[in-house]
Amino acid sequence: MKKETKEKTGSLVSRRNFLKAGGGVAFAVAAYALLPKLDLVEGAPPGEGNLVEQKVFAWVHIRTDGRITIYNPAAEMGQGSMTALPVILAEEMDADWANVKIEQSPIEPDTYGRPGFRGGASMLTVGSRAVSGYFDGLRIAGAQVRQMLLANAAKKWNVPVSRLTTGPSVVIDKSKGRKISYGEIAGFMEIPDSAPKVSKHQLKDPKDFRLIGNADIPRFDIPAKINGSAKYSIDVTLPNMVYGVISRAPVNGSKPRLLNEKMIRGRDGVVDVVTLGHGIGVIAESIETALKTKERLVIDWSEGAKAESHNSESAPAEYAKIAGNPGLRGRDIANMGDATKALQSAQSKYTADYINDHIYHAQMEPLNAVVSVGSDGKSAEVWAGSQAHDGARSAVARTLGIEFSQVKYHPQYLGGGFGRRSTSDYIVEATELAKAAKRPLKLLWTREDDISYGMFRPMSLQRMEAGVDSKGNVAGWKHTIVGTGSRLLASGARNEFYDFPNQKIELRSVDHGIRTKHWRAVGHGANKFAIEAFVDEIAAGQKVDPYEFRLRLMKNHPRARAVLKKAAEMSDWGAKPKSGRAKGIAFGERSGSLCAGVFEISLEDGRIKVHRVWVALDAGIVVQPDNVIAQTEGCILMGLSSVLHESITIRNGRVLESNFDDYQLLRMKDVPDSVDVEIISSSERPTGVGEAALPIVGGAVANAFAALTGKRIRHMPFTRERISDVLGKTA
Amino acid sequence: MAKISFNLNGEDVTVDADPGTPLLWILREELDLTGPKYSCGIAVCGACAIHINGEATPSCITPMSLVEGRKITTIEGLSQDNDHPLQQAWTEEQVPQCGYCQSGMIMFAASLLNKNKKPSREEIDEGMNRVLCRCGTYLRVRKAIEKVIRENG
Repeated sequence: MKKETKEKTGSLVSRRNFLKAGGGVAFAVAAYALLPKLDLVEGAPPGEGNLVEQKVFAWVHIRTDGRITIYNPAAEMGQGSMTALPVILAEEMDADWANVKIEQSPIEPDTYGRPGFRGGASMLTVGSRAVSGYFDGLRIAGAQVRQMLLANAAKKWNVPVSRLTTGPSVVIDKSKGRKISYGEIAGFMEIPDSAPKVSKHQLKDPKDFRLIGNADIPRFDIPAKINGSAKYSIDVTLPNMVYGVISRAPVNGSKPRLLNEKMIRGRDGVVDVVTLGHGIGVIAESIETALKTKERLVIDWSEGAKAESHNSESAPAEYAKIAGNPGLRGRDIANMGDATKALQSAQSKYTADYINDHIYHAQMEPLNAVVSVGSDGKSAEVWAGSQAHDGARSAVARTLGIEFSQVKYHPQYLGGGFGRRSTSDYIVEATELAKAAKRPLKLLWTREDDISYGMFRPMSLQRMEAGVDSKGNVAGWKHTIVGTGSRLLASGARNEFYDFPNQKIELRSVDHGIRTKHWRAVGHGANKFAIEAFVDEIAAGQKVDPYEFRLRLMKNHPRARAVLKKAAEMSDWGAKPKSGRAKGIAFGERSGSLCAGVFEISLEDGRIKVHRVWVALDAGIVVQPDNVIAQTEGCILMGLSSVLHESITIRNGRVLESNFDDYQLLRMKDVPDSVDVEIISSSERPTGVGEAALPIVGGAVANAFAALTGKRIRHMPFTRERISDVLGKTA
Repeated sequence: MAKISFNLNGEDVTVDADPGTPLLWILREELDLTGPKYSCGIAVCGACAIHINGEATPSCITPMSLVEGRKITTIEGLSQDNDHPLQQAWTEEQVPQCGYCQSGMIMFAASLLNKNKKPSREEIDEGMNRVLCRCGTYLRVRKAIEKVIRENG
């Protein structure tokens, strides 16, 4: 029932129906999927006066009793955007939040998407982009709904719209002292063929916001998450459902040949055995039968996969050779001025290598999906938690050779995403097994599967070189990144807020043939660690306080300076910490947000103990302040987990770790006494929050370690062994 | 297969199960109690925690044979109307993020407070150390528990 409407300059109706946040000039185009003009009681014939509710908009559903449903287009993985996005729309619509209910939108990118990375509409929930990507569009959408409500009230009362205003879910005619609720208007509402035009001036002045920035609006998903009722795809059970598990290639790229198929098929409760390109799937009547049978598979794995040559323990030495080979040229991430010349003519030179190990997503809900394929193979139904629900729906359609519209898709809560769930491999696997089973199927990855066939944040080496001139300025800066994972390594390497007149940042890619993936904040974790630790080393060499040194580098960036100053002030930077403790500072930017933090540490039993953390964040306008604090706390703790504990070892292509006993995550006893977060007040557009604080952790902890011990630790994670190496060598 | 009888969230139930089957699979796949979560399967993450006679226990390694005659409580049976003081504090402190570990968190916290009405910060950290949270809600978990302790007087 979509109507084609013409796209005009400055008009608010788009043929493509997706939210387009124009770069400040031709502005937002809201989705306007014209639903049936009158949405009647189910089964009732139109025109009989039994109208009880109207869908005024693809995004909003207003009932005559005043209840309002707002549709959330983003995946909810704990980052809270399922609440934040509806708040944005409700703000401009002037909805009474007490009567708002949130529902997941259908997975229809043409209606509910935002402009994707490669053009077209996308519902991908990645890169901390949900709020920033939908902000302008949802404001416009909300304002359009409000305009339509105003127009209908004006018509009813036969007064000009200009005389009317709105309050929470009511249209007000001040001159007559009368009001009409949105619910009442829904009872007689007429919807124009094209959405009303809304110009930027008609949007609320941020100082008038009563929902955006309101710390008292709780997250919508929390009540279901305290009593076990929140549903993840792993919780879905269908009638007649079978269970699928897969034994996957121990070395990426290796192909399976099942040697005992007959025995496996003969086992009680085994429904089917499926050979896939990368593994053998077992389908069984119960989860335990599936798991026990998987252990009995005898598989001959092909040899010669590229990944066999990868050994993570020896890789840093290879990387160092690659970084130091003057004959090699990588891809430039930045190249300004003449860094080589500036280094040569510098008064003092600095160089250091920083290394990070492979790390694993460790989302608490292992990968899984429930898929049912129609008996004719021409339809499918999917229950999944994905950061790319639209991509997953397409992938299922592609796997079965059917249309997108033939796949019915039920998005579920994600038990963590962190970048792992933006690819649909596990949903495709479930589809393949469900197709074979001819019954609804739940595919489960065990934790061991999730780790051994993981997609890791790749290890890398960062060779840093700097030259400081006689005035104490960093005249030359070279940053050479070596590792596998290609562009995953590049993010965060640029210095957006430190002005280095001559700089060369280069990526030298090695392909180990292993599985790599975006991991919360992507390359920022490794790159900001290297940059922030190295800046500290230069400051120390120059005998300048590292905080003052950074302020100087940021002299042309007042927002960045304000963030750094705030963190310093919160932590009382100049004050001497108590004996046995030391503080370290770091700054970073991610997804447009600026973050600075100070970490106070000590050494206990040969390990780093973080006591207190102070973080300042500038993320523009924040929609849900308490959730922004929660995300920042989460970034700090996940960051600490990775910096202090996490490491995946790959030997001859095989992952050695297998579960949370040998892949250590941060636990309660490692949690700092306090993590204080302050949000810088701002009227700038919102920027990404979900990853913003993570990149500072490595640098700040390493810098605190240097302040405490006088020694630099340059290889993450900072395990007891590495600490002892660093302290022992030069002690 | 064997008939195994126990009390589940206040009701007596009997299930037909292999005595070696972990309780977690029976709860989740047979009895539709999906609050306890599968995450590690080896009792190191706490997501599957339930109470056996009031004590937090990982259900992923608890065989059905050990369940006979016991009183099992899952997150679904912790309170009547989500009004356990911990659940209320969890809401007030906005603890969960992805939420997947939170059943385990709450069940461990309840077990801790059953044994010790006024645990110190160290005792809280010790008691909650068996539950992993990847989103990093630990700080709020601590705050919520401390809030309950404060309000208990």
